[in-house]
Amino acid sequence: ELPAPLLDDKCKKEFDEDVYNHKTPESNIKMKIAWRYQLLPKMEQIGPVSSSRFGHYYDASKRMPQELIEASNWHGFFLPEKISSTLKVEPCSLTPGYTKLLQFIQNIIYEEGFDGSNPQKKQRNILRIGIQNLGSPLWGDDICCAENGGNSHSLTKFLYVLRGLLRTSLSACIITMPTHLIQNKAIIARVTTLSDIVVGLESFIGSERETNPLYKDYHGLIHIRQIPRLNNLICDESDVKDLAFKLKRKLFTIERLHLPPDLSDTVSRSSKMDLAESAKRLGPGCGMMAGGKKHLDF
Amino acid sequence: MFVELNNLLNTTPDRAEQGKLTLLCDAKTDGSFLVHHFLSFYLKANCKVCFVALIQSFSHYSIVGQKLGVSLTMARERGQLVFLEGLKSAVDVVFQAQKEPHPLQFLREANAGNLKPLFEFVREALKPIDSGEARWTYPVLLVDDLSVLLSLGMGAVAVLDFIHYCRATVCWELKGNVVVLVHDSGDAEDEENDILLNGLSHQSHLILRAEGLATGFCRDVHGQLRILWRRPSQPTVHRDQSFTYQYKIQDKSVSFFAKGMSPAVL
Repeated sequence: ELPAPLLDDKCKKEFDEDVYNHKTPESNIKMKIAWRYQLLPKMEQIGPVSSSRFGHYYDASKRMPQELIEASNWHGFFLPEKISSTLKVEPCSLTPGYTKLLQFIQNIIYEEGFDGSNPQKKQRNILRIGIQNLGSPLWGDDICCAENGGNSHSLTKFLYVLRGLLRTSLSACIITMPTHLIQNKAIIARVTTLSDIVVGLESFIGSERETNPLYKDYHGLIHIRQIPRLNNLICDESDVKDLAFKLKRKLFTIERLHLPPDLSDTVSRSSKMDLAESAKRLGPGCGMMAGGKKHLDF
Repeated sequence: MFVELNNLLNTTPDRAEQGKLTLLCDAKTDGSFLVHHFLSFYLKANCKVCFVALIQSFSHYSIVGQKLGVSLTMARERGQLVFLEGLKSAVDVVFQAQKEPHPLQFLREANAGNLKPLFEFVREALKPIDSGEARWTYPVLLVDDLSVLLSLGMGAVAVLDFIHYCRATVCWELKGNVVVLVHDSGDAEDEENDILLNGLSHQSHLILRAEGLATGFCRDVHGQLRILWRRPSQPTVHRDQSFTYQYKIQDKSVSFFAKGMSPAVL
């Protein structure tokens, strides 16, 4: 069920046009607002400017063509298929699912020379690993079901050994984890420490934010919880903390969340208060506001 | 090492105290800059250093060490630095049966009770060589970080026991120093980590605690450092001294200033 990549030029033109339409014709008129704001960039867009294409683009409404999948060099691991196999596994104290997965990854790293053992004769490449829903019962783990399960160290041990594999080979890994199902906060803290980059996606679906006018253009919030300091004392932390995302058919955009200008004469007091209430919940940095909705004047 | 931090701690590589346990702690921020400081400090002090590096690779510490004026590669080659690269060793231990006991042997066992093999490794690394002349000033054990051991299935008591044995050997017997980093998990309700942190706090002579600012992210002030001097062997007669400074981390150094006195604000 992989989405189809946008490969041909026709799609590229379509995409570029799409993005250019965002620029309003008034963008060249000097804004006559408070002098303080005159120098600030207009609605800062996170990421590369519209004129450059970066990364890969997909069409979420179409599937990846079968020929493309078959032509690529990829390895799949579906635990129910492997669980009864006789893949030789060294004993260790992880759940069998994690043990098999680690062995599988290590085999590929060794066989295909990503760890330098068989020098890669062809063009050097990086092994890209994707693991979905780690920690869920589909991997044989019970941390989503019980607060203090018997396998409480399995996941963190797995992550540690995986980290070791990644550090000793030419590979990178992205993992998704259903942390909303994990009740044990300590495990989430430990998982964060064992990872390099941690990004949280918070969807508006099913939450009270879905109907909030502040969020009407977006599908959810993005929280950059951790970025690494690798080979360095410093890291490049952005001072933009309020990011929201929207998923369109051909584009996944991340934008800085900003309050829309309050232009209407007839906007009611209560809707203003709703906006302020939700702004309060945006980030831990915002100070506490006085309780009681009636006291908010701005 | 950061010269400004030496000044705050009133110490230099030539005249550092011996026989001490220093606890590094970070809460809601990254305290690894303190580890880099002490690693380069003790190498410059001509100490024999055993570094149990559990969370990052050798090259990471080496590259930062170069910025701070020490070469880990050369220190390792001349026998001054014994480096246990936890991540690499874990891969070796998990995927291959080892003939001899390995310091991270507990990764293969379902219910490893203690960290004895790891302690044996440290003791072997820092034992004085009977060749007559003393090449190095005194031994130092550095661990980054102890909280990882809890994630690997060791109990807090086992880790405290390990540190106890290390202190007895390194601090008391060999008159050296021990420096360890433990994360403060804050409100994550990590009981084991809290036990470990509290237990070590009581035993330490010096606690350096890096905290994120309560008000959140700031470009010019990266955090706050609390320095707590303790005298665990002389209870309560002299009150523990505590100082707080704010800091900003730069490419090759860290600058410290009194609260509210950041150059960006003045």
